[in-house]
Amino acid sequence: MNTLQQIRFVWKPVVFLVCLLPGLLVVGDTFGITGGLGPNPVEAIMDRFGNWTLRFILITLAITPLRRLTSWNWLSRFRRMIGLFTFFYAFMHFLTWFVLDRELRLSDIIEDLTERPFITLGFTAVVLLSMLAVSSFTAIRRRMGKRWQSLHNMAYAIGVLGVWHYWWQVKKDITEPLIYAAILSVLLGSRILWRWNRKKPGRRRPPRYPQ
Amino acid sequence: MLIRKAGDIRPSEITCESNYLNRRDFIRAGAIAGGSLIASSALAAVIPEMGMARLADVAVSPLSTDETSNSFEDIATYNNFYEFGLDKSDPYKYAEDFKTRPWTIEVSGEAEKTGTFDFDEFVKPFDLEERIYRMRCVEAWSMVIPWVGISLAEVVKHFNPTSKAQYVAFETLNDRKQMPGVRGRALDWPYREGLTIAEATNPLPILAVGIYGNVIPNQNGAPIRLVVPWKYGFKGIKSIVKIRFMSTRPRNSWNMAIPREYGFYANVNPTVSHPRWSQARERRIGAGLFADKQETLMFNGYGEHVAHLYKDLDLRRNY
Repeated sequence: MNTLQQIRFVWKPVVFLVCLLPGLLVVGDTFGITGGLGPNPVEAIMDRFGNWTLRFILITLAITPLRRLTSWNWLSRFRRMIGLFTFFYAFMHFLTWFVLDRELRLSDIIEDLTERPFITLGFTAVVLLSMLAVSSFTAIRRRMGKRWQSLHNMAYAIGVLGVWHYWWQVKKDITEPLIYAAILSVLLGSRILWRWNRKKPGRRRPPRYPQ
Repeated sequence: MLIRKAGDIRPSEITCESNYLNRRDFIRAGAIAGGSLIASSALAAVIPEMGMARLADVAVSPLSTDETSNSFEDIATYNNFYEFGLDKSDPYKYAEDFKTRPWTIEVSGEAEKTGTFDFDEFVKPFDLEERIYRMRCVEAWSMVIPWVGISLAEVVKHFNPTSKAQYVAFETLNDRKQMPGVRGRALDWPYREGLTIAEATNPLPILAVGIYGNVIPNQNGAPIRLVVPWKYGFKGIKSIVKIRFMSTRPRNSWNMAIPREYGFYANVNPTVSHPRWSQARERRIGAGLFADKQETLMFNGYGEHVAHLYKDLDLRRNY
């Protein structure tokens, strides 16, 4: 097997299973196989999917800076998959809220969306994420041309919305949202720095890919 | 669903719920046969030092709800007690070695009888009563808890507050060594709460010292904590070390922290939303993953006992 085949047939399935593991554990805990969810299962499921969404968006946003830093160009081969896992966890978090927490009551849902800013933020993030997920197919990407990149630059905005949503949701202690916000700022900062460096004359690096 | 067992409590120490309920039926039957509920004779409240020990001479109360109580595990593993950490399971994990003896309670302020009392002396003059109350948390979940406690009204009367006493303030122990959460700055410690004197002398509030007929677990606020069933759970201050009769309204911790979201009164009210969630319905803990939420009742269903206290108060403003 050459490197590309190894990535495709070995590493991608491995990474896929690892990314799925937190979700499988929630299912396992729900049915008492791997543990339990505690006295408030709905809250536990929602919190766990929400936390994994934030972790996955940070991992997704870390791929490109890490690739630039290390020149491990194979990293970009995993970006779409991990990005889609971000959407998967976000959607599970949304579904838990919609079905188990709000119990499909439309009036409650509308009230939440219009009167509770942190829910408006989270919902916006899920809508944007689903646009990215839908446009992630290679055929659509090709057809969109340059517009694809500008659409997918929204990943940054989604990261900000997600962390903001969490920040406004917590009752008092903002330690955890603060940690997510700090990592997010480093990731966004690295991109700004990189762009700024690239624009400076004389510092232009040679392109890394055969274009 | 697999529920983790409370590791620090041997099964033999817990009355199984069916026996427990039978015992209640038995007592009720006896009371009915006797023509009245058990008279509150002078039964000195004696609280064993050992954690989870059985409490003796507990009278049943007509103020109890007949709703099914939550399991002991729900009650003892899902707690907001920030002094022991912010996760619901933290108090259960980190309060195991909490020392509840020796324990003193300082009573001060606008009362004829004041001073610092040893816990066992403090509770002795009062009768132990079981009160099965609904508990509604401000976070929109609820439980039914079979407390054992002493009437707060009796306690207030005992200390003879003067006419200046308009409020009663409470404080939780503030001990960095024993309480890992106090090292963080989630709230401005010590935890503080307060009631108006009219609320404190209402028959409903109790100072709880037990759950399910046994000594109250540390994570639920041992050795003594406040229970005010028509108010949100955060009013139920735990592990009390200070009681002060005051002429001015005391500050309470959650109101100090986020005044826009948590008020002084904190009466359960389905018509006044928390800024970030609706209070119209609540999730009953232990009902299971697919159980519907239930409607939240005004004053948590205790309106007949307390609504008159607020007839001149705008509850929308005084949330």
